[in-house]
Amino acid sequence: MPSNANRQFLDFEKPIKDLIEEIEITKARQDKHHLDLGEQINILEQKILDKRTELTSQLSSWQRVQLSRHPDRPYTMKYIQKMTTQFVELFGDRNVKDDKAMVGGFANLDGETVMIIGQQKGINTKMRQLRNFGMANPEGYRKALRLMKLAEKFNKPIITLIDTPGAFPGLEAEERGQGEAIARNIYEMMRLTVPVICVIIGEGASGGALGIGVGDRVFMMENSWYTVISPENCSTILWRSWAQKEIAAEQLKLTGDKMLGFGLIDGIIPEPAGGAHWDYDESARILKEHLVPVIRQLREIPAQERITQRIEKFSKMGFWDEVPA
Amino acid sequence: MSQKIEDFDANLAGEEGKTEETKSSWFKRIKKGINTKTSEKKETPEGLWAKCPQCNYICTMTELREHLFVCPKDGYHHRIGSEEYYDIIFDDGQYAELFGDIRSKDFLGFTDLKPYHKRLEDIWSKTDLKDSMRVAVGKVNGQDLVIACMDFEFIGGSLGSVMGEKFARAVTYCIEHRFPYMVISKSGGARMMESAFSLMQLAKTSGSLSLLSDAKLPYISLLTDPTFGGISASFGMLGDLNIAEPGALIGFAGPRVIKETIKKDLPAGFQRSEFLLEHGFLDFIVPRPELKEKLSTVLSLFKN
Repeated sequence: MPSNANRQFLDFEKPIKDLIEEIEITKARQDKHHLDLGEQINILEQKILDKRTELTSQLSSWQRVQLSRHPDRPYTMKYIQKMTTQFVELFGDRNVKDDKAMVGGFANLDGETVMIIGQQKGINTKMRQLRNFGMANPEGYRKALRLMKLAEKFNKPIITLIDTPGAFPGLEAEERGQGEAIARNIYEMMRLTVPVICVIIGEGASGGALGIGVGDRVFMMENSWYTVISPENCSTILWRSWAQKEIAAEQLKLTGDKMLGFGLIDGIIPEPAGGAHWDYDESARILKEHLVPVIRQLREIPAQERITQRIEKFSKMGFWDEVPA
Repeated sequence: MSQKIEDFDANLAGEEGKTEETKSSWFKRIKKGINTKTSEKKETPEGLWAKCPQCNYICTMTELREHLFVCPKDGYHHRIGSEEYYDIIFDDGQYAELFGDIRSKDFLGFTDLKPYHKRLEDIWSKTDLKDSMRVAVGKVNGQDLVIACMDFEFIGGSLGSVMGEKFARAVTYCIEHRFPYMVISKSGGARMMESAFSLMQLAKTSGSLSLLSDAKLPYISLLTDPTFGGISASFGMLGDLNIAEPGALIGFAGPRVIKETIKKDLPAGFQRSEFLLEHGFLDFIVPRPELKEKLSTVLSLFKN
């Protein structure tokens, strides 16, 4: 977790930034003049906490999107590291190469072996490039499927952590069948005999997200989004300009509360006040606390019935009128 | 307005949109707006003459129709709708449409440059189509087949709740009657105006295909020009056989998006049927005049 000095702030987080600076100044003054300003600092810290709570309670859809992309936000590996023990990372799709935008492996979650898979973004400029900004190529989706099949063989539940601005739209991606890779994953995930839980931890954009997003339970973290296209691309196509992204975000109804209301997800996982980037330990603890009982619950259901329920769940999604001609 | 719809469709297909402003104006338009109704300028070229967009060969509509909307000179496959495909494939053009009562609904109250419900009403008033997919059952050289076919004319053949539901019901119908299933795709991808609901149709349709697979019934996916996005990332690529018409543009991301991402020109023939066949994603390419016979052969091979 970044120390206060290294934190990055979004424009609407500025009031918090100001308070943190005020604390730093107060602390400096305390040291310089050998004063006890503990009381004052405590008040400021409480103010920060209040501000963080206040901020996340009144976010617009677009601000929620911004938070989901916060440069300090914890990514898949961070959650794996904080939630599990004995993580053994597994690489490669056994075909083309290892996709660094998709990570996964076996781990011990609360005493039970699980397969945990997710898109990974980089934490600095160099790593962001290596991770291709969390945009997987077909081999990433095939790697994910290989790991899921491995988990199925040994009857281990699967957890996927979704955080992607989309599947990579590249030349080689098309040559190697990006569409087919995602389609195959969606199809195969529908038929997996083990419990599958999917969590949108950041960005959930389109087929790139759904490619590891078909599960018995699908959850969204409080400050994440999930829909068919990013607000920017939606704005470009429908409004013919990048500038309408705020409106597009609003129109797409891409936040957790809306998605839950539509019955397209099964629950929202809360984040620490102000967003997951304020406290990695706490974020991971809350996520783990939600996952463990759900895995136990799903284990109780016979495999074939679980698959039938999974298919039926997605079959119900949609809206239409029936107008006899 | 029809200009806007066309631009929108072009955009879905990943083509460059050309607006009025970008054309040089030697001649000034005296009257405002274009008054041609969409019904009078369908995807299918109407009127007496048709021009091939590839070789500029001009022939009469009668001649083009006789050639199943394939250019007699260079074999370019004109874009056609479900009606034309059903005519070509089903014996004597005889078929029964299924689930024709299902219509799209503006459940989210989605408004971009135009409210979604208005967009729908406009199209309904201009065409006979109820949505971007029609399902029909008929016979191909005496063999039963259910075909779900997209109409690009209807919001770029976009995948929304209605397509998902029709697809699912068609699969149930196939399982009940033990009929094989074929889907003819022609679409820009998911329907953005239905937001996450449209995305979930990828999962819904894949779930249906899983049931069809358990019933051991063949599923043939015919990809035509253009097929992109959500279609290729779901049932479009999940056929027991994936086949395509010659020269069709097929892919996940549109060529424009890829070009902007990699900042390089795309190689000739990129994302065409022949490119997909070469890279191992198609079982075969079939020219439209041979479609019915080849389909009939395949169906009998599955059956016997």
